[in-house]
Amino acid sequence: MPISLFDYLRAALLAIFMTVGVAMPSMAGPFEDAVSQLANDSFSDTEAAVGLLAGGGNAQALPIISALQEGRLLADPATKSVFIKQGDGKFLNAATGAAVATAPASAAPVRLNNRLRRTVEAALGTLTLLSPDPAKRILAAQSAFKTRDAAALPAIDDALKKETVPAVKRAFAEARAATILFKADASDVDKIEAVGTLRAKGDQDALALLSGLSGLSQDVAGVATSAVNSIQSNLALWSIGQNAWYGLSLGSVLLLAAIGLAITFGVMGVINMAHGEMVMIGAYVTFVVQETIRTRYPGLFDYSLLIAVPLAFLVAGLIGVLIERCVIKFLYGRALETLLATWGISLILQQAVRTMFGPNNREVGNPSWMSGAFDIGQLSITYNRLWIFCFTLAVFAILLAMLRYTSLGLEMRAVTQNRRMAASMGIPTARVDALTFGLGSGIAGIAGVALSQIDNVSPNLGQTYIIDSFMVVVFGGVGNLWGTLVGAFTLGIANKFLEPVAGAVLGKIAILVLIILFIQKRPRGMFALKGRSVEA
Amino acid sequence: MTPHFLTRSLDRSATIFLMVVAAVGVLLPLSNLLFPAGSVLHVPTYLIALFGKYVCYALLALSIDLIWGYCGILSLGHGAFFALGGYAMGMYLMRQIGSRGVYGNPILPDFMVFLNYKALPWYWHGFDHFWFAALMVLLVPGLLAFAFGWLAFRSRVTGVYLSIITQAMTYALLLAFFRNDFGFGGNNGLTDFKDILGFNVQAQGTRAVLFMLSCLALAVGFLICRAIVTSKLGKVLIAVRDAESRTRFLGYRVESYKLFVFTVSACMAGVAGALYVPQVGIINPGEFAPGNSIEAVIWVAVGGRGTLVGAALGAVVVNYAKTVFTSGPLAPYWLFMLGALFVLVTLLLPKGIVGTFQAWWAPWRAQRMAVPVPGDKDVSAVKPHMAE
Repeated sequence: MPISLFDYLRAALLAIFMTVGVAMPSMAGPFEDAVSQLANDSFSDTEAAVGLLAGGGNAQALPIISALQEGRLLADPATKSVFIKQGDGKFLNAATGAAVATAPASAAPVRLNNRLRRTVEAALGTLTLLSPDPAKRILAAQSAFKTRDAAALPAIDDALKKETVPAVKRAFAEARAATILFKADASDVDKIEAVGTLRAKGDQDALALLSGLSGLSQDVAGVATSAVNSIQSNLALWSIGQNAWYGLSLGSVLLLAAIGLAITFGVMGVINMAHGEMVMIGAYVTFVVQETIRTRYPGLFDYSLLIAVPLAFLVAGLIGVLIERCVIKFLYGRALETLLATWGISLILQQAVRTMFGPNNREVGNPSWMSGAFDIGQLSITYNRLWIFCFTLAVFAILLAMLRYTSLGLEMRAVTQNRRMAASMGIPTARVDALTFGLGSGIAGIAGVALSQIDNVSPNLGQTYIIDSFMVVVFGGVGNLWGTLVGAFTLGIANKFLEPVAGAVLGKIAILVLIILFIQKRPRGMFALKGRSVEA
Repeated sequence: MTPHFLTRSLDRSATIFLMVVAAVGVLLPLSNLLFPAGSVLHVPTYLIALFGKYVCYALLALSIDLIWGYCGILSLGHGAFFALGGYAMGMYLMRQIGSRGVYGNPILPDFMVFLNYKALPWYWHGFDHFWFAALMVLLVPGLLAFAFGWLAFRSRVTGVYLSIITQAMTYALLLAFFRNDFGFGGNNGLTDFKDILGFNVQAQGTRAVLFMLSCLALAVGFLICRAIVTSKLGKVLIAVRDAESRTRFLGYRVESYKLFVFTVSACMAGVAGALYVPQVGIINPGEFAPGNSIEAVIWVAVGGRGTLVGAALGAVVVNYAKTVFTSGPLAPYWLFMLGALFVLVTLLLPKGIVGTFQAWWAPWRAQRMAVPVPGDKDVSAVKPHMAE
């Protein structure tokens, strides 16, 4: 192919230029020399200069080359001086680093062509390998891992030697291994060692790289195949772990949404169809709190959720008490009618929120401590999911303690087990009902605060959770919070393990069908109350 | 059908109801067909289609009242049976399009061509025959209800648990029908119908006949319901509603009674859906939405549960209100109205319109008639308060 031959020729010419550039002695030191070479307005000179700068180890090299990449590098061919245009419109003399008021009128931006741009990118990669910021070094190593440019190998070796931070050192070693594997003239010993490094890395990238290798000697190929197999089985294990975590996370969300429902259902035998709307109200409380903070006290943003949690509990709880006093009280003993009435309330609440806040999604931000993710091995865990998981468990524990150790809890348990007997013993069942409903709704409000962090805040928020919450309660059984806990996590984990096999929708359908079948087996859920109250 | 059956099931309100249905079913289409447009007596075709929709809803409400009002089974998934009947009819109508579709494929409906189906899925075979589709309209909802009810009633799933799992059933179907690879047109559903039994679906005459048939179906459904609830079986159903355990202790196989009436009700809902589809011209998975089923329950509650007449009346009244409100400037407030309707009816009007009316009427009538005729006692008028 004539074109590729021509490319080779050009590359050879370039190499000659570069060696000439390096070999030429200079008066003012190699760095200043290289900088002034940038002003020659010749692509090959610029390229040579970039190569010199990248290898020279001067701290000024990085700003100069990035300025070149961004078209902010101006050169005056007359005086051979080079200037960096800064973000604020001022200039720096590239060679000395001194601030200059204005660049000479004859200074023009140093021109780049496509080949030169690639050289610049590679040079920047090499330079950031030595950046003082470890995070940048890791990024540079990762990009070197992807580009696998054999020319960068000496720079990587150099960086590897100097590196002291273990994580960065590992990243460098991996980048080096990847580069060696794709370097045609590397020895088999080096390659086998490189395969070992990648095998230890053991993630999707390493797998893709190892299975994409070609042209290896038999020894190396054998080692690579076994490494691929080992990584694959390892990854399969990790993906089980990842699914389990997703399942736990989904389970905690379900638990949070369902736990309030379980309480009201357990104590009052009432399925509160407006429960989802309490969740939604909690989410909107978060939205209002964040808006207030944004406009008035921007510094408090990280505390917005801490402020929203008690507020959401109060608002949703009060609405709950109001609903109980105004509607549900009069429907006592008619569970099916209560179901219809609360459905009506849910429609009203939804439409009210739609009228007040509009039908669209509202922006609720993550505080800084809830955004981002971290890795454990091949597991990626986002902070917001982790916090919600912990938060759910905390809410559950508090609720459990409340039921066990407070007088309200005692009364609630009594009413759950036998309402009429409890009333005969002097427990004010009407008051217990109102407080229970308020408590259940308040917890739904808290759930809304948490869900606002991972879901869209819209008037339909509650609808997406209500059927799942019912399933959890019905599956777990009534009158026992542990049932709800087990139910939520079982459904969450089952859902996430079915998802990769059957797809998200089919998995969900399968879960629904399984629950319907399960109910046939245990009509009162997993942890059903036993005794006379059951038939009531 | 003996005269004895007729005298037993036709009390005064039932007779009035049947006469009204017959009158509407005959007069409306006739005035649409006989009088020219612009005449005072002319009923526009769009109103025929609209009323036809109401009549189908009334039949659905009737089927819900049969199980909820007389047997205490609150199904929050009856919309599923309605939609399944609708899909069965929709599949027949899709096959009737033939090569007149956008892609002109004589066998495959448009959406299948679009989704790269190579051949007709096995469950679409047979739907080119009307008799087969008509059979499926009854069979598919009926079988689903039978299987579901057999499992649920046998293991004594009652009350809110049953309501929740019926809701789960319709939700699962909703998700399934939304899938493109399920073979029912995904979220677009089935539409663009052309012919039914060789008649153009859009034509004025076809619409009038469909309306008449809907009224006929409503009347027949009503008679079946009356026959059931006034028979000895109906008495057992009411006993199950009011005291299930006691009925079981008395030696009745409660689950068989429930299963029978649940299946009959599902078949009626299926017929309602089948008549609904050609009149509105589309069936899509939205019909499976749990909200729809709950809304149908409130029609029954508004009209009066356990009165049959009330259920049909409630469906028409609520849907008429919905049409009026959602098309006017009050549209944003319709959900407030509907929500308030749920709350107020359950709180203030637990017997519904007809039930309340009958309760007022009964003493006056008893006074006038002095001696009530035995066997003509209206069960619903003296219906005891229901306990779950």
